[in-house]
Order: sequence, then C-alpha cells, then structure tokens
Amino acid sequence: MSKFKKKANTKQDIPTSALPDIIFMLLFFFMVTTVLREVTINVKQRIPDATQLRKLERKSLVSYLYVGEPKKTDQWGTEPRIQANDVFIEPKDVTLWVAQEKDKLNEVERDQITIALKVDEEAKRGLISDIELQLRKANARKLLYSTILKLD
Amino acid sequence: MARNKGRANPEINSSSMADIAFLLLIFFLVTTTIANDKGLLIPLPPDPDQMEDIDIKIPERNLFKIQVNSADKMLVEGEPFTRDVSEVKDMIKEFVNNNGRDPESSDSPKKAIVSLKTDRGTTQAKFIEVLDNIQAAYYEMYAQRAGVSTEEWRKIIDNLKEPDNKRLYDLGRGKTPEGEIEFPMQISIAEPSKIGG
Repeated sequence: MSKFKKKANTKQDIPTSALPDIIFMLLFFFMVTTVLREVTINVKQRIPDATQLRKLERKSLVSYLYVGEPKKTDQWGTEPRIQANDVFIEPKDVTLWVAQEKDKLNEVERDQITIALKVDEEAKRGLISDIELQLRKANARKLLYSTILKLD
Repeated sequence: MARNKGRANPEINSSSMADIAFLLLIFFLVTTTIANDKGLLIPLPPDPDQMEDIDIKIPERNLFKIQVNSADKMLVEGEPFTRDVSEVKDMIKEFVNNNGRDPESSDSPKKAIVSLKTDRGTTQAKFIEVLDNIQAAYYEMYAQRAGVSTEEWRKIIDNLKEPDNKRLYDLGRGKTPEGEIEFPMQISIAEPSKIGG
C-alpha cells in the first residue's frame, strides 16, 4: 500500500526548461539553410521529373531562366514566355541577358557560366530551341534543364 | 527588510521565450524554399555562324534516330514506337555496344551517335523524358565500365577535381594515353522541325 502512496507523491510535470533551446536550434537551422528568393516568378512552373540528375558544382556560376505560361494570363496571354530576372524577354534578347550575366562573373570564369532553364512541362520545344540557339551564339554552352527526381 | 526580500531573486520571466522562438521558427519554415539545383546537364554545340559548313557524311548504321512529333508520338529508327520510353534505354545500349556485329547497327561505341529530333510543338515534358533515358543508357554503360553504380558515376562526373574521380572518369570513357576517347557520349539534339505546330 505504501508503495502506491509514494508514487502519487512524485512530480508529474515534464521539465520544459530546455524547450527554448531546442526551438532555437531548429530556428538557427532554418535561418542558415534558407535562401530568400530574389525574383518573383511570374510564370507557371511545373517542373518535369527525371532520373539522371546532375548536381551543379558551383552555384555562383549559375544563371536562371524561367519559361512557362504567364500567371497573369489576362495581361500577358497564354503563350509561354521567358522570364529573366523580373521581366519577360524575347528569345532574341537572351544574348544580351547572357552578356549581362557574364559581366557579373570574374573574367576567368566567364566561359564556365551555366544556364539553368526552369521550363514548365507544357512549354513547347520550339521556344526552348530558340533559346538554345541564342545561348550558342552568346557562347554560354553549359545548359541545365532543371528537373526533379522521379519517384517510383 | 521587506524590500530586500523582494529583490533577492531578480529573474526575467522567460516562459514566453519558447513562444517567440516558435513564431520565428514557423516564419522560416514557411518562407524556406530549399533550392533544387539539379537537372539534366547538356553541353551545347558552338555558335552555328562560326562553324564551318562541312558536310560530314555519317553512315546510317552509326545513327540511332529518335524523332518526336508535335503530338508527342515517337519514331525510333524510323518505326513508330508505342511502348514505354524506358525501353529506348536498352535499345541504345545494344546499339552502342554492337561493335560491328549487326550490319544494321553501329560500328563501334566511338562512332555511335544518338540523334534526337523533336518538333517545335513537342512538349518539354516528353523531351525531358526521352533525353533522360538516353543519358541513363550512357551513364549506366559508363558506370559499368568504371565498376561503380550509376549514382556514384553521376557524383564522380560532378566532381572531377579529385584525382580519384578523374581516374575513374577516364576509365569509364576509355581515354587512351593519346587523349582519344573510345567511348564518347554523343547525343545530337537536332533543331526542331516545323511541321505541325
């Protein structure tokens, strides 16, 4: 009987003094890993999936182009558009854009620039090949089609 | 005396600390976009204006032709292909490793070229699916030659600065002491046709 009595007397609450520390740890993790988005993407982005993914070794050498149907279709129409930084550009402007992106890099690294194309699944090859042609002209010949890993 | 007693234990009430931290945590959780910088890497050919116009005749047998039309239907080696795209992978492996046995198929891996031609109306999804399988075929063959798994092979080629990786890379691609590559990955992505946009 006395055994039960003893148990009833023990403290029942869990010590929560370490809780803020744990939360702070998580907070710091997310603060460090967060990459704040620099551009607002104005095109639809349903990224296709693939299996043979390659990882980019140096992110400073990567420039992004977004291709897809504009989100504001009443203003921009439903035809897929190319977005560079914050504006829509035409395929012929890609050369200029590449030159601007190359200027941001060190002189020795300019040839290593990689263009990451984030293309919506529904975008047509015609537009993409126009971009490819301009990239060839601009001598930016490392191209990455952004994809996500296919899960079986 | 009573005053002193009150000052004896000056403590800031920190019970709300966890709540504040939680709030910040949730903010960062919501705003975080974990960057995915992964995808299919391809090298582009040089500027067409600067390329010399030489008509190189490539024998039919050394070309593995894949064509996709604007309705995302495929032609493989001139015949309609309705099976799963992943079967293309095995066909390419067979084609590249033919070494002149079948007179209809490639002479040697060095001469074999996989040609992918799409239409301007082909969707990017289909293009990526086909390209993925072509690259998978090559990566798997390379990995086998180097004696590693396909995942390891892709990691190796992403980091060629390490001498060990470089050695495996040369082994997989069959680099001879003269600097020639016996097993190149030759994927030709032709300019899309304009039939049916």
